[in-house]
Order: sequence, then C-alpha cells, then structure tokens
Amino acid sequence: MTRKWINAGWMQQIIFTGPATVAFAIIVLLPFVMGMYYSFTDWNGVADTVSFVGFDNFKSAAQDEGFRQSFLFTAKLTAVAVVLTNVLAFLLALLLTQPIRMRGALRTIFFLPNVIGGLLLGFIWQFIFVKGFAAIGKATDWHLFKLPWLGDEQTSFWAIVIVTMWSGAGYLMVIYIAALINVPKELNEAAAIDGATAVQRLRHIIFPLIMPAVTICLFLALSWSFKAFDVILSLTKGGPFNSTQSVALNIYAEAFQNNRYGLGTAKAFIFFLIVAAITTIQVRLTKKREVEA
Amino acid sequence: MKTRSIRLRSLSAEAAAVLLALLFLVPFYFLLANSFKPYADILLDASSLPKALRWHNYTKAFDVMNFLHAFRNSLLITVTSIAGLTLFGSMAAYRMVRKPSMYNNLLFTLFVAAMVIPFQSIMIPLMKVGSWFHLVNNMPGLWLCYIGFGSSLTIFLYHGFVKSIPAEVEEAAVVDGCSPYGVFWRIVFPLLKPMTMTIVILNSLWIWNDFLLPQLMLGRPGLRTIPLSTFSFFGQYTKQWDLALAALVMGVLPIVVFFLFLQKHIIEGITAGSVKG
Repeated sequence: MTRKWINAGWMQQIIFTGPATVAFAIIVLLPFVMGMYYSFTDWNGVADTVSFVGFDNFKSAAQDEGFRQSFLFTAKLTAVAVVLTNVLAFLLALLLTQPIRMRGALRTIFFLPNVIGGLLLGFIWQFIFVKGFAAIGKATDWHLFKLPWLGDEQTSFWAIVIVTMWSGAGYLMVIYIAALINVPKELNEAAAIDGATAVQRLRHIIFPLIMPAVTICLFLALSWSFKAFDVILSLTKGGPFNSTQSVALNIYAEAFQNNRYGLGTAKAFIFFLIVAAITTIQVRLTKKREVEA
Repeated sequence: MKTRSIRLRSLSAEAAAVLLALLFLVPFYFLLANSFKPYADILLDASSLPKALRWHNYTKAFDVMNFLHAFRNSLLITVTSIAGLTLFGSMAAYRMVRKPSMYNNLLFTLFVAAMVIPFQSIMIPLMKVGSWFHLVNNMPGLWLCYIGFGSSLTIFLYHGFVKSIPAEVEEAAVVDGCSPYGVFWRIVFPLLKPMTMTIVILNSLWIWNDFLLPQLMLGRPGLRTIPLSTFSFFGQYTKQWDLALAALVMGVLPIVVFFLFLQKHIIEGITAGSVKG
C-alpha cells in the first residue's frame, strides 16, 4: 500500500493531463502571451533592453505599404482559391459518385497531389511553369503557354491559384464524396419523378443536405489560403516585386530578415485577429444553414 | 430508352473524369520524365520522353542532399512526435472526459480555442522560448514543439471519441483491482484505435511535410529533414534542373509510397478527422 499515492486523484490528474498541458503551455500559450507583450515594444531579437513603445508598432504596421500590399494579395488569393478549389472539388466528387469504372484509381489520382508538402510542391511547379509550359507552348503554339508565368504579376497570381487547386481539390473532394454518399437516394429519385431538373435537385436537395461538408471545406480552404507560406516561398519567393508576398511571408521577412521583432509580432497579432475572426464568423454563418437529413 | 440515356450519362461522366485525371497527372509526367535527362535535353525539349533511363542525376542528387540522412531525420522526427502526441493526447482527453471538473473543462476549452492560432502569429516569440528551454538545434526540442502544436487537434478528436465509449467496462476493471493507469492502457487505449489511426495519419502528413518550424528550430545541417535539405539544395543549385528534379522525385517518393500503401486508411482518416473537426 506504499504506492497508494500514485493512484490519488491529484496524481492521476498530473499524469494524465500533465505532459500535453506542459508542452501546450510552453509551445503555444507562452509564445502567444509573449507575442502580445512584444508587439508593444521595440524588441529587435538581440538586445537585452526592451522598451515599451505603446501602439507605435501597430501604427507602423498599418502604414507599412508592403504589409498592406501583402494583405490585399492574401485576401484576393483566398477569395479566388477558396471558390475555385471548392468548385473543382465538388465537381470531382459529383463525377466520382456516378456509376463509372475505375472510381478507386481516379480518386487516388485526384488525391495524390495533396500528400506532397507545400515546399516541394512549389519547386515542382516552378519547373512546370518555367520549362514545362514553354515546351507545351512550343509544341502547340498556344499563347497561354508562352506567357512568362512566374515573371509577371498577373500570371504569378494565377500560377499560385493553379497550384493551390491542384493540391487542395483532392482533399476537399474526399469530404464531398463522403457527404454525397449520405444523401438518401429516395429523396433524389422522388424529386426526379416529380419533374425536378438536375440543377434544381442539386440546389434544393443535395446542397442543403451536404451543408455540413460545405462548411468544413470552406473552412479548410480558407485557412489554407490565408496562411499560405511554403508554396509561395518555393514557387515565387513572393515575387515579382513582392506582388505575391502573403501576409505570412511578410511577417517572416519583417522578423527574420529585417530583425524588427517588435513590429513583426505586432503584424503577427493583427494576422491572428483576422484569421481567428474570419474562421469564427464563417463557421457560424454556414452552421446556420445546415439541415438535418 | 431510359437505361440507354443513363448509360450515356455515366459514359460522359467517365470521360470527363478520365480527362481531368490525365490533367492532374501532367505535372508528375514532367517531373519524372525530365529527372532522367541530361541538362541539355531538358533545355531542348522538356515535354519529350527521356532517351534512356539514366540514373546519373539521382546518384548525384542523392549524395549532394545527403538523402539518407535527411530521410532518417524526417522519419525520426515524425515517428517520435506522433508517438508522443497520441499517447499524451489520448491520456489528457480521457481524463477530461471522465473527470469533467471546472478546471478540466477550462483546459479543454483552451486547447480547442488555440486551434485558430496560426503558426506564423506565434513563431517569433517561440524562437525566444526555444532558446530559454534549449529547444533549438536538437531533436527533442522539435518533438516538444510538435506535441505542443499538435495537442489541440489531437485532444479535440480524442475527446469526441472517448465520450462515445461507455464507462461500464472501466468500472468493472476497477472492481477487479486494475489501477487507473492499467485501465487506460489495457482497456481504453486499445478501444481508441480507429481514432488513433486518424490522428496518426493527419499528423504524419503535417509533420513529414512541415517546413517552417524545422527551418526555424534546426540550424545544424546534420539535423536537416527532407524539406529542409531540398530547400538548401535549391539555394545552392539554382536552376540546375537535372539534379533538382531528381532531388524532388526522391523527396516526394516516401510520402507518395506511404499514401499508396495506406490510402484506404488515409482517406477514411481524413473524412473522420474533418467531419468531426
């Protein structure tokens, strides 16, 4: 009975929840709280003395042309990529829930790009855009493939959208497939007998029933695009002329290249507020439209 | 009439799907075909098939990026972090469900709320914390980081799953003289297996492919993971596509093989993980 203390309630609490809580506190909570503090200081990452500067960092962040530019770019990328990736994913899911051959193999192919990490993904597509597209352009004489895809602000944006769609669609497709399979067949058939067209059935029966999946997919695509970093770093490095610099890249450059850690944490805090707000609002909004099957 | 129109419809769906699949495969074709060519051939025509299966690019890139070493590092980081995450995450979630005290509920809310924090918004102070706790430039430090960052989603997913397990079995085991830790390890943990599978898969895709965190935490070349060594390779050999493509194929291969072998579980895991997440 000497080991009785180890079974005591408080000891169980420590052993069961302790390790995860300690790791979480050190790695997430502490930096989060420190970030809030440092965003009000002139910390440069090296000096021992850190002085309080009030809201100066937030003011300079708001006036920083590069930061505003990166926000604009990120917002545009998110809007376009979220819609297009979801449309493509839903289309793929619709096709793969039809009675067709090779469904398994097709699903594998569509999902495959997703397992490749963002950094390698960007490098692979760098080759496709620079050399691959040029070769296709030479063979087909199509103007589209002869553009300097990564050398121009407009096309670089679309290059990133294309890569995002290629890698993200398969993942969202899997979620849409799971939802579509669960739509009761009788409902769909009954509506078809009553004369509802395919588009009407899609809008009034399938969409309301798969709304939970739509919520999840929008949420996922939104957070992928808003936090985009790896792909852009390896595909365009934020160029040309910083036109494809995402917010995450801008924060990274501010802190680790310009060594303005105070300003960097202020930017990071603004970034956090916006990401948290968007995701919370978006989940609330789409949750409202969910219908029980 | 009706059956014919249905067959026609599924045939056109099939054609559309196959066409899209081919489009999805084009990048893989460019990657693979050119990885076997000498540099001059890539410049000449990137769309042609290679004239011969030359392994020269591969052997050279293999040495330059120290592939085996990078592979070992990636594996060690991923496997250990995930072992820690599943064990500590399931333990914490189990306790929070079975003993819903005010403190535990608050803790759970904290873990869940932290899921909205993007990594880039806390990476700067994390570097400072890392140097205080000596987490920089060593593997255990990175393990701790992954356990800290991954615990939110892991606990959230386990929490939902533990709730669906009836407590009666555990009570019977306690009556039979099993310790609370024995109950968890011998009875509860095996019952969590489907969720453990999901958690292992979601976390391995994330950790294996992660770039920024190891880039910040590991400066020593000897600790480089596959994404890190690919990145530094591109820094040294800018535009040397013959070697670069071979390096990319090798970098992508392990995770693609992992996916092809476990694809049923991976796709199930993603569906389960996202429907509940």
